[in-house]
Amino acid sequence: MPGKAMTMAEAISRFVPDGSTVAMGTSLEPLIPFAAGHEVIRQSKRDLELVGPISDALFDQLIGAGCVRRVTAAWVGNVSEGLGHCYRRACESAVPRSLEVHDHTNFSISLALWAAAWNVPSLPTRTLLGSDILRTNPGLVASGGLVQVEAVRPDVAVVHVQRADEMGRAHAWGPLGVTEEAGLAADRVIVTCEELVDASVTLSDPNRILFPETKVVAVVHEPGGAHPSPVQGFFKRDHAFYREYAEQSRTVDGFQAWLGRWVMEVPDRAAYMGKVDSPSLQITRHRPSEPADYGDE
Amino acid sequence: MSDYTPQELMVAVASREISDGDLVFVGMRLPILAYAVARNAHAPGARGLFEVGLMRDQPAAGFLGTMGDPPNVAGALWATRMSNVMALMAQGHVDLGFIGGAEVDRFGNLNTSYVGDPVRPQVKLPGSGGGADIAILSRRWVTLMSHERRRLVERVSFITSPGYGDGTPYWRKQNGLLGGGPAAIITTLCVFRFPEGGGEAHLASVHPGHSVDEVRAETGWDLKLAERVSETAQPTESELTAIRHFDPAGFWTRTA
Repeated sequence: MPGKAMTMAEAISRFVPDGSTVAMGTSLEPLIPFAAGHEVIRQSKRDLELVGPISDALFDQLIGAGCVRRVTAAWVGNVSEGLGHCYRRACESAVPRSLEVHDHTNFSISLALWAAAWNVPSLPTRTLLGSDILRTNPGLVASGGLVQVEAVRPDVAVVHVQRADEMGRAHAWGPLGVTEEAGLAADRVIVTCEELVDASVTLSDPNRILFPETKVVAVVHEPGGAHPSPVQGFFKRDHAFYREYAEQSRTVDGFQAWLGRWVMEVPDRAAYMGKVDSPSLQITRHRPSEPADYGDE
Repeated sequence: MSDYTPQELMVAVASREISDGDLVFVGMRLPILAYAVARNAHAPGARGLFEVGLMRDQPAAGFLGTMGDPPNVAGALWATRMSNVMALMAQGHVDLGFIGGAEVDRFGNLNTSYVGDPVRPQVKLPGSGGGADIAILSRRWVTLMSHERRRLVERVSFITSPGYGDGTPYWRKQNGLLGGGPAAIITTLCVFRFPEGGGEAHLASVHPGHSVDEVRAETGWDLKLAERVSETAQPTESELTAIRHFDPAGFWTRTA
């Protein structure tokens, strides 16, 4: 059986073509696939549509780097710091390029992905009634006291998880946000992981497997691939890093300098992690769960 | 009484909105602290719900920069997907929600999307997040914001999270909104409240050291006063102790 393990450069090159619709940051604040996003920037991908709920700084970086033509999301910014400066520049003055925005709420982006996962045109909801978001997103239509949320179908979902095997059986724990529906809705999934483990580990707990392995096209072993976002059991959130990004990205020049230092001038994630104070971010107080008994006879 | 910051007072006031037994949609920033303060004092039976996909009772043991930080997951009552959390709110089970606002108007509508024309905005704000969901579906909600004339406007140009719409009686009911709407606006200067059934905000209390005239000067609509405008109760020593325990470096309450 051929494994799906490959480098980040290969995964992004093969499975994220220009113009594709990419779901990322689907677990909200934790497990954000920053390493994958940075490789997208290094490979100068263009005309992407980004899909996600809140995107803590990653969408802002991809927008600032000129990779994005449309954002379909509930929120774009920097969760602990506030505004996304690249997002503002793109919307307000088309720098570095114009950006189309399809506004959602967290609830409605989840429904849009479930609709795609279930292969239906739309799903009804009671949220969004009375909101002007209905005026700016053509994919949200009020009728009969409900709002129909049109399906959003990513070409590819990119997720970071704690562990996965080389066939793409991914284990993630902690809050999952919209990760399951994003993976099911997407045509294909790229999994990046802290630990690449034997199939005996993932298959020992099949309830914890996020997606059917048939969706997963690439598995990238990328320790620290979610920095500065947190990874339960592995890494704390690097609050100071988010603050520095917010300060430096206030101007185009500051953003370009930041991008040079942390993305363009680092060949890969290992080199990036060499520049981060990684020991102080590692979680050392472990709290393993009790194993579940899948005994059978 | 020791000195306190405006943010510490806002957290204390917000915590008093939480009743024992409430299911609280907590949100981000100051409300995370307000939940922790309430849970450790007058609302030991409250539960917190987080859209990232969490329910918990005890406040997190460590500092939270976001609701998804590892200390908020350890000891959770439930770690799940977002749509499961939204299901509870869609069923009307969320007693109280908190929403941050960039702009609010006298009918409690919030704008966190666009200042100016959405096609080419003067300012692109981050967006709804879960804000509109909370505004529409929770039983009642409270917003916290810095009190500036440019933020408290006559009518928001874009309603991200609806309050009482155009202020006509039963606007929410007529438009099919499930929840009851905003209960209060807590600012750095004062507390606004709304009449039973909705409508226009009135000034209910002014924070110590501030005046009605100051509030009027910093508010972009013709200020409506409660029958008796009181002084906001200061944070108690035990509220301040709890706030400083959960925000030891003052990340949320001492740097704004």
